[in-house]
Amino acid sequence: MKVITAHELTKRFGNFTAVDAISFQVEQGEIFGFLGANGAGKTTAMRILCGLSRPTSGVGTVAGFDVSRQPEKVKASIGYMSQKFALYDDLKVWENIRLYAGIYGVPARDIPGCTDEVLRRLDFTDGRNAMVGSLPLGWKQKLAFSVAMVHNPRIVFLDEPTGGVDPAARRQFWELIYQAAESGITIFVTTHYMDEAEYCDRVSILVDGRIQALDTPRALKQQYDAPTMNEVFFALARRAQRGES
Amino acid sequence: MPGIQAQNISKRWGALAAVDDVSFDAGPGQVFGILGPDGAGKTTLFRILTTLLLPDSGQAAVDDLDVRRDFRKIRSRVGYMPGRFSLYQDLTVEENLNFYASVFGTTIAENYHLIKDIYQQIEPFRDRRAGALSGGMKQKLALSCALIHKPAVLFLDEPTTGVDAVSRRELWEMLLKLRDQGLCIAVSTPYMDEAAMCDRVALMMQGRFMALDTPASITRGFKHRLLAIRGDRMPALLRELRALPGVLACHAFGDSHHVTVADDLDVAALARTLAESGHKGVEIAPVAPGIEDCFMALARDGGEAK
Repeated sequence: MKVITAHELTKRFGNFTAVDAISFQVEQGEIFGFLGANGAGKTTAMRILCGLSRPTSGVGTVAGFDVSRQPEKVKASIGYMSQKFALYDDLKVWENIRLYAGIYGVPARDIPGCTDEVLRRLDFTDGRNAMVGSLPLGWKQKLAFSVAMVHNPRIVFLDEPTGGVDPAARRQFWELIYQAAESGITIFVTTHYMDEAEYCDRVSILVDGRIQALDTPRALKQQYDAPTMNEVFFALARRAQRGES
Repeated sequence: MPGIQAQNISKRWGALAAVDDVSFDAGPGQVFGILGPDGAGKTTLFRILTTLLLPDSGQAAVDDLDVRRDFRKIRSRVGYMPGRFSLYQDLTVEENLNFYASVFGTTIAENYHLIKDIYQQIEPFRDRRAGALSGGMKQKLALSCALIHKPAVLFLDEPTTGVDAVSRRELWEMLLKLRDQGLCIAVSTPYMDEAAMCDRVALMMQGRFMALDTPASITRGFKHRLLAIRGDRMPALLRELRALPGVLACHAFGDSHHVTVADDLDVAALARTLAESGHKGVEIAPVAPGIEDCFMALARDGGEAK
């Protein structure tokens, strides 16, 4: 089942085409990597798919809803996490979960159960009263990811979720992503770590607002005769004409 | 001796040992890399060496000057690029550069040769406000400002965080050129692959240096046997491998899993076990450890005494 579809999605700002007629589809339970250099248009495309920005032209659907006409329904069907938009340091763990559950529209009577479930899945029941600011970064990120799924969304958008964490914590985070995908949640993820591109089922590479490559990591490496996704990325991103916006 | 000498530097924030008994030397014409995650203590260490913080204990000299006694002199001898963009967003590119030059009693013209390669790339935008620059251009401006007073030692705190792989490579090319001109460069980064660009590196976690050496010596010092294993169902393979006897650690590593195994583990038997539990397309091969393997192993073992 297609959970995300984009058909010639385009976004122009004045005479600058940030996203240039991109088309792709993402299956349920797929881990879809969305790569591109700074300024390639990743953030703009992601904002369109999250219902935060209307495309200039083209059609996009997320969880069956049209991103232009039904942005509020799109927002209710997705979870979103980025390193920049994370948890409140001066709230306790359970308070953060309650806050986001409320924002994501979980009915008030269900929130205590949801909170327990999140903590149990993370094996973090003892930490419910800890201030988030006192947690190691790796824990904060795991918690932020779980909070983004507190309302059982069909899709989670992860915008550079693993920046700055140590190598072991980065991998633990990807294991949570795997678990979520195996339970049927679709993952749409951006990253600057090229080894993480290898963990995706399929990867798209955006250059100057266009999708220049889209396939499994294995097929991309074959196509570009490159030993790693890092080399594939270089082969494509080096061709970029425009600078960062 | 010019460059940086740090001996037994410690700094506590209440109960937290932000920097815990750290020692290292870095000479002119050297890139010294400090690799570690957020919260490892990299910024605190840089702030001590740039005289913005006093250490609780330990000695440090930068360009032959003591960080406590000679802090005023040190400030004119070092260039410092903090992790967060800290130029004046409301001043233009050229105004920022002029400002930094005048603070240090020099002019752009006097030291233009030092920044020429880097500054030329942003010179077409010299009348643009710094706040309106792209991330990559801001970084080039910040580096130009950090170099305009001809420092002997350059401190760069996470210059590549949040920067894409292509821009990261460009920045490193600039740094290596500066190094070849004799500058001593201390750079911190959470990207373990950048160790390859450094002459010497420290692996830092929880305030401590877990290892300190050339990148090649650190990877040679990996004590265990390491295999790269791949198969058709990577997440399931990861969980299965972890549960097997003789497997000491197992981490996803790009297109394969890096598996630390006991020295006497029988690879043929391991392949049979995996086949019996239904894994297809399994490939097992020995693999040379990288810095990231070493970092994880050291963090697991609690680090070497250094």
